[in-house]
Amino acid sequence: MYKYDEYDHSIVASRVEEFRDQVTRRLAGQITEDQFKPLRLMNGLYLQLHAYMLRVAVPYGTLDSRQMRMLAHIARKYDRDYGHFTTRQNIQYNWIKLEDAPDILADLATVEMHAIQTSGNCIRNISSDQFAGAAADEITDPRPWAELLRQWSTFHPEFSYLPRKFKIAVIAADEDRAAMRLHDIGIQIVEQDGVLGAKVFVGGGMGRTPMIAPEIKGFVPIEDLLSYLEACLRVYNRYGRRDNMYKARIKILVHEIGADSYRSQVETEFLEVKKLGLDPPRAEFDRIAAHFADPAFETGMSDDLDRSDPDFAVWLDQNTAAHKTPGYAIVNISLKPVGGIPGDATSAQIDLMADLAERHSFDELRVTHSQNIVLPHVKKADLYAIWQQLADAGLAEANIDLISDIIACPGLDYCSLANARSIPVAQKIATRFSDLGRQRELGELKLKISGCINACGHHHAGHIGILGVDKKGVENYQLSLGGSGAEDVSLAKITGPGFSEDGIVDAVEKATDVYLAQRAEGERFLDTYRRIGMEPFKEAIYG
Amino acid sequence: MKILTGNDLARGDVTWWTGSGWSRHVEDAVDVAETGEGIAHAEEGARRVNAPYVIDATATPEGPRPAHIKDRVRALGPTVRLDLTLKPADPTAGSWVI
Ligand code: HEM
Ligand code: SF4
Repeated sequence: MYKYDEYDHSIVASRVEEFRDQVTRRLAGQITEDQFKPLRLMNGLYLQLHAYMLRVAVPYGTLDSRQMRMLAHIARKYDRDYGHFTTRQNIQYNWIKLEDAPDILADLATVEMHAIQTSGNCIRNISSDQFAGAAADEITDPRPWAELLRQWSTFHPEFSYLPRKFKIAVIAADEDRAAMRLHDIGIQIVEQDGVLGAKVFVGGGMGRTPMIAPEIKGFVPIEDLLSYLEACLRVYNRYGRRDNMYKARIKILVHEIGADSYRSQVETEFLEVKKLGLDPPRAEFDRIAAHFADPAFETGMSDDLDRSDPDFAVWLDQNTAAHKTPGYAIVNISLKPVGGIPGDATSAQIDLMADLAERHSFDELRVTHSQNIVLPHVKKADLYAIWQQLADAGLAEANIDLISDIIACPGLDYCSLANARSIPVAQKIATRFSDLGRQRELGELKLKISGCINACGHHHAGHIGILGVDKKGVENYQLSLGGSGAEDVSLAKITGPGFSEDGIVDAVEKATDVYLAQRAEGERFLDTYRRIGMEPFKEAIYG
Repeated sequence: MKILTGNDLARGDVTWWTGSGWSRHVEDAVDVAETGEGIAHAEEGARRVNAPYVIDATATPEGPRPAHIKDRVRALGPTVRLDLTLKPADPTAGSWVI
């Protein structure tokens, strides 16, 4: 777990006091909303449908029980007893009072957390693989690199006013658990002949023009990573469209000038940047990496488990993943109870997860890009007890990666940009498929819902995607199929005309029926769709 | 009819112009006809409201109902958590929202 140094502490503390002063002046009428808005956004404070909303960053999704308990405390003391975990490893509070915001930030600062750069045209929270440091398939822990990027990007003077917001994800395994190629920059740490380097993808994103980031460089020596990224951003900062917000993302630039032309400009710029000596000396990197050293795993532990309780066995199969150390497992805690609100957790649930992490997971938790929580390092011998406690708290839904593990944006129930509600659609679909046996029969099926074209809910990357639109003042839902945010990345295609709220649930069910009828041995929904194409689905859905 | 809405500056709550002040309840909203923009400007200047705007609404026996679904959701609260709405004890409270 990274610990702030004195600089981190002082910049966060001074930012809190600065904001306190700004809020005081706003409440006293010394500054107008037009003057204040950019200042509050710089501190993650939005004005949403019902109230102010605060977005708090969880860098690369990692936090300890102290931090997690603080998130519960904030929900309890300043909000309505719950928080909403998002796809970019943030937590959002929906009912914040402006007058409380400085105190909340001060409380967060006591546990080394903040809301800096969670809004605005800057480099946002660096996201990463939620299994980092624990996964059996990673070549190294990506988080020291993510932390280095956090330090580089925080208050970076040249990149504080980019043409548009900027999102970076870092992974270090072939399985992409962070939707890396749907970020402005995706970085995959790789190894070539025993040497670490980075594969760099630039120009992905969702929004109204979804794009998959092309590979810009197959191997950047790891000690050049910062300089290379600096060059990538400089080219964007220079040529990105500032005249048209809808064309301002780096994906548009890379698309318009072409990946080859962008690459060659980056290469030229890189030669200049490299002379500046931005890349840290090895010793500094080692200092950072030491914070992410493995905890004291016990050795010689057995992988045997008592699977005699059938409900426990299902949860084990669905919600745990392989750990790199024998005798340990990675636990996924689903925040998707059937009929619940995807990503929401009450303060009591947040506290319980903190307790479990403290007792059973070397004090570590992760926030996932699918709005769930992970206990990364759990002894297999403890799993049964953990499962029982989770079940008592309504947190043991055994549905990870199944059809009811839905990513849904807040939609029209909370978001001022929305055209339609997302949450009720998620609830209805999860309820229709509530039988876990049926869900498991369907297997891996990633369903993602957004309430407007901004695509916070990632519908473009859903095996099944749903987009809410406004049709003459009535909510309407478009269905799309065939997207993936994983290593087999692809963008979903729209099936045809949209549906009502109940109609979309039926349409999803018809699509799953086509899959069940047509699937070949071992195929997931996505594989069958890729093999047989859109037509059979269209026929079934529109008849 | 036209009604005026915004969010309370300090607390963020959704508020409605009553003719003499602001209320949490859309039922208290009055027709501002053509005067809405002026009131909005003055109230914003006086720091009583944030981001005010005038919307279309329909008068009903139960009070004004915003024309657009977004403002109806604002008027009640999230449709998915009745306990967080203005009328947590009334399961029928949302019948006019959607
Ligand atoms: C209610 C508050 C929210 C607001 C106002 C908001 C606003 C936006 C906007 C304007 C965009 C489009 C940016 C663009 O032009 O590309 C966007 C994209 C996105 N948002 Fe949100 N959002 C909210 C909540 C969330 C939540 C809850 C999540 C996670 C579940 C989320 C995750 C994302 C992601 C992943 C994208 C796509 C980024 C990309 O372009 O690649 N947002 N959001
Ligand atoms: S996708 Fe649209 S409706 Fe949903 S949270 Fe994002 S901006 Fe709001």
